[in-house]
Amino acid sequence: MAVSSGVKLDARALRADFPILARPMGGKPLAYLDSSNSSQKPRQVMDAEREYYETSYANVHRALYELGEKATAGYEGARETVRAFLNAETTREIVFTRGATEALNLVAYAWGLDNLGPGDLVVATELEHHSNFVPWQFIAGRTGAEFAVVPANEHGELELEALDELAARGTVKVVAVGYVNNSLGTVNPVERIAGWAREQGAITVVDACQAAPHRRIDVQALGADFVAFTGHKMCAPTGIGVLWGRRELFERMSPFGLGGDMIRSVSVEKTTWNELPQKFEAGTPPFAQAVGLAAAIDYLEAAGFEAIEAHERDLLEYTLGRLGELPQVKVWGPPAERRGGIVSFDVAGVHPHDVAQILAYDGVAVRAGHHCTQPLMTRLGVPATTRASFYLYTLPEEIDRFVEGLHRVTKTFA
Amino acid sequence: MNEFDAMYREVILDHYKNPRGHGEIEDADAQAEGQNPLCGDEVAIYVEFGPDGETIEDVKFRGRGCAISQAATSMLTEMVKGRSATEVASLPRDELLDEVGIPLTPIRLKCALLGLGVLKVALHKAKGTPLPEEWAGVDELQIS
Ligand SMILES: Cc1ncc(COP(=O)(O)O)c(C=O)c1O
Repeated sequence: MAVSSGVKLDARALRADFPILARPMGGKPLAYLDSSNSSQKPRQVMDAEREYYETSYANVHRALYELGEKATAGYEGARETVRAFLNAETTREIVFTRGATEALNLVAYAWGLDNLGPGDLVVATELEHHSNFVPWQFIAGRTGAEFAVVPANEHGELELEALDELAARGTVKVVAVGYVNNSLGTVNPVERIAGWAREQGAITVVDACQAAPHRRIDVQALGADFVAFTGHKMCAPTGIGVLWGRRELFERMSPFGLGGDMIRSVSVEKTTWNELPQKFEAGTPPFAQAVGLAAAIDYLEAAGFEAIEAHERDLLEYTLGRLGELPQVKVWGPPAERRGGIVSFDVAGVHPHDVAQILAYDGVAVRAGHHCTQPLMTRLGVPATTRASFYLYTLPEEIDRFVEGLHRVTKTFA
Repeated sequence: MNEFDAMYREVILDHYKNPRGHGEIEDADAQAEGQNPLCGDEVAIYVEFGPDGETIEDVKFRGRGCAISQAATSMLTEMVKGRSATEVASLPRDELLDEVGIPLTPIRLKCALLGLGVLKVALHKAKGTPLPEEWAGVDELQIS
């Protein structure tokens, strides 16, 4: 949890790096409270990508001329930045993908198809984003394995007591769990779950999409086997994601995407695979976007992950306090100390779409929907929620405008 | 009138808060339910035909969703009562949208048209009338 390093974030100053935040929306100043959906981008990231295109661009891993070498150095340099960010042992464990969804599908297909069968149990959680749920449900079905979920309670926290009961249903092979849930912000005890999985002889697949933008992740301390995240939620461009995996597992796995770059040699009789990590990077990779991701990590490191977490914690507590003004508002999710900068709520008698639409008229951007977590919505007994989410550039006055907008919502539907 | 007042005008809020034709018809002659995959909103529609087996004598709905989807479905029930199944199966969407009478973004358009789509699916199942474009290709198994 937030260990205050004493360094405070100057969100107001940082905003100058995000040109879009100064643009009005529908004639009103923008209050962007939808960062867990996708974050805005600082100039530093856009500049890094443009500079790469302007000075170092050719295809990677192929061109024998200087530009190609520079392009490859940029791409491989980005891989090293990601390795250091995750505290992984080696860059061979860092696979670039087009996003978290591709990363999680990669594990489900490439590991799952070879390692699952009848009698095996694949465990996901009721809190999972569809991208760490549907691939496992599907691959379990394909291989004849059973699929089960760790239930959540009404606060959106996992009921870990259920784990041992689940284990009685089959040989647990996979536990798929999110680090921070995207709908409610629940921070899951991933280390504990990974420890349990290891005792069962199962692998743990962590969806870290909502963790990586806000907190430092140490894959060695986590004890998981695969960790996936996506760039666009952490100030990086779209179309780039990361899959970290334990080298031993990556080495024993079949590839997922097949084609160029991922092969060692191809003949009519037989094809052999390239070394790690190229074995899992078929085709021309999103390498300019990887350079953008590295610039985003540098940007976040400079702001300081401890400072970012502390800033978001302050905003969260401020928001929860102000929402107390509105008896019609019910906030979902765990207490502030066990959640990230996400507030999901219900306004009595008003559908989330209408809440979000009325807020949008005031320039306030929030998300309304099931947030790609339908099993969780079913657990909570709602079709959808409205969600406000914060990032390093979020200001308390944006929360004020959000709360004022909610007053207008309740008045409209009174 | 600003955008806000235009969308949440009194008639929409009135239909949302006091939906007409709300409820179920037991042993309905035609029925279907459908969801908006974008937001999970649901509408179920029940139709009862008159003695000619063609005139829509009664229509009711149940649903959970936003003011636009629920108000539009409520208006729809008033609009189709007494009309023939064949006619309603090809009811132009603009006829409903004119009645709803508010400016709609593409996302909200889907909300406003959910009920009409589900009604047409119900008629399709009972009468074999054509499916609306946005429901075409939906596997029969997915239409419950
Ligand atoms: C928790 C979580 N997992 C996975 C994803 C999928 O990320 P992407 O769509 O970038 O692949 C998201 C974002 O939508 C998310 O919030």
